[in-house]
Amino acid sequence: MSALRIKKGSTSHSAYNLRPNFSEEVERHTLAVLVENEPGVLARVIGLFSGRGYNIESLTVAEVDHEGHLSRITIVTTGTPQVIAQIRAQLGRIVSVRDVHDLTAEGPAVERELALLKVAGTGDARIEALRLAEIFRANVVDSTLESFVFEITGPSDKIDAFAELMRPLGLLETARTGVAALSRGTE
Amino acid sequence: MTRQMTGAKMVVQALKDQGVDTVFGYPGGAVLPIYDEIFQQNDIKHVLVRHEQGAIHAAEGYARSTGKPGVALVTSGPGATNAVTGLTDALMDSIPIVVFSGQVPTFMIGSDAFQEADTVGITRPCTKHNWLVKETDTLSSTIHEAFHVATSGRPGPVLVDIPKDVQFATGTYAEKTKRKSHYQPQVKGDIDAITDLVKAMEKAKRPVFYTGGGVINSGTAASQLLRELVEATGFPITSTLMGLGAYPASGDKWLGMLGMHGLYEANMAMHDCDLLINIGARFDDRITGLISEFSPKSKKAHIDIDASSINKVIHVDIPILGDVAHVLEDLLKIWKSRGRVTDKENLAKWWAKINEWKTVECLNYRNSDTVIKPQYALQRLEALTKDRDRYITTEVGQHQMWAAQFLGFEDPNRWMTSGGLGTMGYGFPASIGVQLAHPDALVINVAGEASWLMNMQELGTAIQYRLP
Repeated sequence: MSALRIKKGSTSHSAYNLRPNFSEEVERHTLAVLVENEPGVLARVIGLFSGRGYNIESLTVAEVDHEGHLSRITIVTTGTPQVIAQIRAQLGRIVSVRDVHDLTAEGPAVERELALLKVAGTGDARIEALRLAEIFRANVVDSTLESFVFEITGPSDKIDAFAELMRPLGLLETARTGVAALSRGTE
Repeated sequence: MTRQMTGAKMVVQALKDQGVDTVFGYPGGAVLPIYDEIFQQNDIKHVLVRHEQGAIHAAEGYARSTGKPGVALVTSGPGATNAVTGLTDALMDSIPIVVFSGQVPTFMIGSDAFQEADTVGITRPCTKHNWLVKETDTLSSTIHEAFHVATSGRPGPVLVDIPKDVQFATGTYAEKTKRKSHYQPQVKGDIDAITDLVKAMEKAKRPVFYTGGGVINSGTAASQLLRELVEATGFPITSTLMGLGAYPASGDKWLGMLGMHGLYEANMAMHDCDLLINIGARFDDRITGLISEFSPKSKKAHIDIDASSINKVIHVDIPILGDVAHVLEDLLKIWKSRGRVTDKENLAKWWAKINEWKTVECLNYRNSDTVIKPQYALQRLEALTKDRDRYITTEVGQHQMWAAQFLGFEDPNRWMTSGGLGTMGYGFPASIGVQLAHPDALVINVAGEASWLMNMQELGTAIQYRLP
């Protein structure tokens, strides 16, 4: 079995081991996908990810150009460089997709997420929650005598950190929008 | 001047404007208005199949043998679900077909109505694109767009789902002319990349062309250009199952098919080459085998119209995104303008090596005087029909591989087989589509006994339309 230089008994000991030999290193990329705003377009994009086994860490979608019937889908995904390139190409192949940008690869980008957090508590915990909210520049958008709803925007890890701090102070519920992103600069 | 007409009439009008002459279909409640319109005219021939899967395969056979899109018409619910296998088959093999399905009236969608199915939902992953038309006013423009999408870029199947009330209602017909579609895939290859490939070809000691179905799909001009390129450079050429016929089997640069069921000399050439030029093929797993050992010594170039096919499984050094015919035209032009250089000395050595491999005669088998060996049967078929302009379809399995190995294909669009999906039951209905497109031609379906059973109901269609 030396002709193919494969160790006998290893899993690759087959003439039909079809595992691609690309880099194994996993990267996290943010993709901006401009799509025609028509019924089923989100299903096409999501179906591509589930059908081909790609990851979705976050996904946001909204109409951005009413006149032009365009929506922008922002997807945060993880994969090897080859998988990320495939995702880009596969997205570009969808007929209702107009444009795909890999914001991570194309240079610096701003990424923001908005979250609403409901925190219930009285006494010191309540005061502490309010103090921390101030530090994180979160706004109070609803208040009762025993609860707050905070609104916070920022990069995802900032929201993670804030939610982590709110947990012992009575965090009841979290709603997050997922990441919206734009490239920096004039381009 | 705008024309007002019912949705059903629009379907027939749009088909005429698209130059469609044959529709394969099966009626049902949700498409009856369209059938009433088809019945009242003679420009478009309707071919009544016996099962919707047969309609799609027949449309595939029609499309592959003519280079024009095939058209099928099925009813809602079971009609559409029966079309799914054919649609997936066409998607895998990049066959342009346009399928119309009936749907329950718009106000009943979502109510689990009789013969209702979420057709666009079910067929989304097995079409290149699909549409549910909710207004008669948008129907004709959607149909024109459907033909555009099916036939541009990498071809594929599309489906238009038409609710019954949309077929009944009256709307404005949008003319085919002067439509602008946002879907405009790139067909011209990057000149720098093509020049890189020319330079690699000039220096190559052991080059090989590895061609696929993309050459056929690009049209007859692509096959012509490929032949010119092969003859001018003297490089050996092999092809995938889907690409047979692009270069003639009788050509002296022909190595035969490659891959798991391919010829020894073709696979050895792929393994030992120093320049691998992939033209319209996709490094399918039946070709590569063990990926880490696939053609380990070669520089690889890949011409493909689909960006997602490039660098999908095999890393290539020279990617060229574009249509095969356009790229080959530029490639030939650049190669000629740089003085038609090849490394003739090393090329001769390479051919000596290849001819050594050919002496293995890998297709040899032990014949029998008591039973008819399938290989022998195919050799006889080849001997008796090779001088005729024949069309071959196959089912799927060992007989398909024997057909690919023992039959010689001289021209494109003469070989119809289910490659990517491997659909047993493809060949017989496909042969019906081919025969209808070429009424006077000799059409042969090479079948195994099990595949043949899978769509044998279409015998009724063949007899009804006196095919052949």
